[in-house]
Amino acid sequence: MSSLIMIIVTCALINNVVLNQFLGICSFVGVSKQMKASASLGGAVIFVLTVASAVASLLYDFVLKPLSLDYMKTIVFILVIAALVQIVEMFLKKTSPGLYKALGIYLPLITTNCAVLGVALTNVKDEYNFIESVFAGFGTAVGYTIAIVLLAGIRARIDESDLPRPLRGAPVVLLAAALMSIAFMGFGGLS
Amino acid sequence: MNRYLERIYNGVVKENPTFILMLGMCPTLAVSTAAINGLGMGISTTAVLILSNIIISALRKVIPDEVRLPAYIVIVATLVTITELLIEAYLPSLYDALGIYIPLIVVNCIILGRAEAFANKNPVGLSAFDGIGMGIGFTLSLTLLGFLRELLGAGTAFGVQVIPKSVEPIGIFIKAPGAFLVLAIIIAVLNALNVKNRGKELVNGCDGCCANCAKHKAKCGEEA
Repeated sequence: MSSLIMIIVTCALINNVVLNQFLGICSFVGVSKQMKASASLGGAVIFVLTVASAVASLLYDFVLKPLSLDYMKTIVFILVIAALVQIVEMFLKKTSPGLYKALGIYLPLITTNCAVLGVALTNVKDEYNFIESVFAGFGTAVGYTIAIVLLAGIRARIDESDLPRPLRGAPVVLLAAALMSIAFMGFGGLS
Repeated sequence: MNRYLERIYNGVVKENPTFILMLGMCPTLAVSTAAINGLGMGISTTAVLILSNIIISALRKVIPDEVRLPAYIVIVATLVTITELLIEAYLPSLYDALGIYIPLIVVNCIILGRAEAFANKNPVGLSAFDGIGMGIGFTLSLTLLGFLRELLGAGTAFGVQVIPKSVEPIGIFIKAPGAFLVLAIIIAVLNALNVKNRGKELVNGCDGCCANCAKHKAKCGEEA
């Protein structure tokens, strides 16, 4: 049990997916303009990443490995993730329109979010079993959500300040991310 | 200017994928810890990009429009797997340095972006040169970022000590925050020089991240 908690802490804080691994940067800087949108995207990422880790882990352990096709993992994972996101989208649309309305528009965005493929491949590389993979996927997504919500909060403050012209837009957001990244390096002491 | 050379100029200068279009940010930030890693990543991506542009351009009349994205992804993923196996076999040290970022070339927005924006409506030769130009632009940018970070963070250039050992290097530059810092400064300099770039789009919604986003741009724009 404690090792599972350690996996979540490691994935969410110590090796934060955005601030340390640089996965999912596009949506991290793109969507963080608004707090509400950031939180919704975070929710969608938690959902998709946990399910995708589970499916990828099962596929790898029971299909790719027994058939010694593990060199096919990149192709298989990306297709499965793309199909999975579509299925989740259709499923949500039918079963819970409220949730679909909140998360729906972010789901297609997540297909090409490199964090999803990144986690699936990292789980294989670290030789995580099924349960560990699910926890790693969940932890990584929680880390993503923490980072994007924090950045959205910081950007709300940045918008009100008077910045030198060249720094406006992307540079100041990247600088904020750099400072967050320095702060998150402090979690390295937990490992 | 000859239109093939124009493609190269376009990729390296006018629409530089990293500094002007701001595509493929994840590998840019992640592997630019040293100049040689940036160069290795750049060349691997270039190889995939040229071949994917050629194949997609050659098949542009065969692939039905509705399923073009999955088809492109399969083509790119196949090329990436081949590249990964080649690097693992012949350049094991680069393979260790780049790690999971080699398979992640599949989701590099530059590749799908060029397929959507150029290769699927232009002839094979021109698409190949588009791939070469974009690839060189990406490689040069990554190498520059890696060079700056390595110089400041470790005092070396391509692994050779250039700043005397007595000067303490600023270690943060080769750690994760350094990537954000150096990129932020480069974009700020471009802004100060009035070079038009897509930094604004990058932070104001999902515009510019990838082919799939382009499809959903209208929706994303509403929310963001």
